[in-house]
Amino acid sequence: MYGKGLRTLSVATLITLIGAFALVFFWTPNEADQGFVQKIFYLHVPMAIVALCGFVVGGIFAIQHLRTREPIWDLRSYVAIHIAIILAVGTLITGSIWARAAWGHWWLWDEPTLVSFLIVFLLYATYTPMRFAIEDRERQARYASVFAIVAGAFVPLNFAAVRASQENTHPRVLNTTGGALPGDMRLTFLIAIVGMTLLFITLYRFELSTKQTRSHISSLKRKLSGDDDLPVLRRSAAPTL
Amino acid sequence: MPALPFGAPALPLDEAGKYVAAAYLVFFAIVILYVAIMAARVSRMERDLAELDALVPDREDDDADTPAARVGVVE
Repeated sequence: MYGKGLRTLSVATLITLIGAFALVFFWTPNEADQGFVQKIFYLHVPMAIVALCGFVVGGIFAIQHLRTREPIWDLRSYVAIHIAIILAVGTLITGSIWARAAWGHWWLWDEPTLVSFLIVFLLYATYTPMRFAIEDRERQARYASVFAIVAGAFVPLNFAAVRASQENTHPRVLNTTGGALPGDMRLTFLIAIVGMTLLFITLYRFELSTKQTRSHISSLKRKLSGDDDLPVLRRSAAPTL
Repeated sequence: MPALPFGAPALPLDEAGKYVAAAYLVFFAIVILYVAIMAARVSRMERDLAELDALVPDREDDDADTPAARVGVVE
């Protein structure tokens, strides 16, 4: 009912990701400067891009929630941000591993790209506790939407500020010259981005349908037990429909 | 790409392989962990559905005790 088309999406995601990783290891040449370690790039960068886009998408859904007041948009915003946080954790860990291999350090505190991404991550790390702290469901949804919009607007601003920075150790990937990636590397990178985007959409749809089904079951339970007029009293960070 | 800091040369394959494997393993571990948590939630929903199933026959029994049903019994 809620998970329509999820199987096809999952298969497409799996095929694209396996294809991308096969290209990474069996087709794309090693980078001249970094050698084999640069293979982390095809995982780390798409994950970072999709995570940041996920935060922005969460903000867009939150705008829809404030416009329509429909709880489904709050749920969509919550799920998009949740999946983006998971990908952001992956980005930080893989980035740290790459930094250790390429630069000899797990983390560089004077590097704007790394620190700005950490700030964005920490900002969104407060989203779920903030929701949990508000008991009233309507107020929770409203405040969470305002948070998602403001934080979502901060993401591109932060990105632009980092791009403007001159003090960069971290390489630039997306620029007007295509990131100086040769054709085969660029193709692999684009397929990896498509795969990661599909993974985001699959996990998003999976979690959304699970939450919708759970809400449906809870509502049926309340109806069958005869207390369907009673409000949901259990405190939770997740929205209810 | 800009030059690497600290003039670090490319790591040999046996050294670099560890880091590349670690990064990809972290990714797979995150996805598998997520799927495992979602699987646990799905099994909890299955239990809830079983509870709902148990409630439905109860209501059917209750329906049998309604005035309409009792009229049917008298007839």
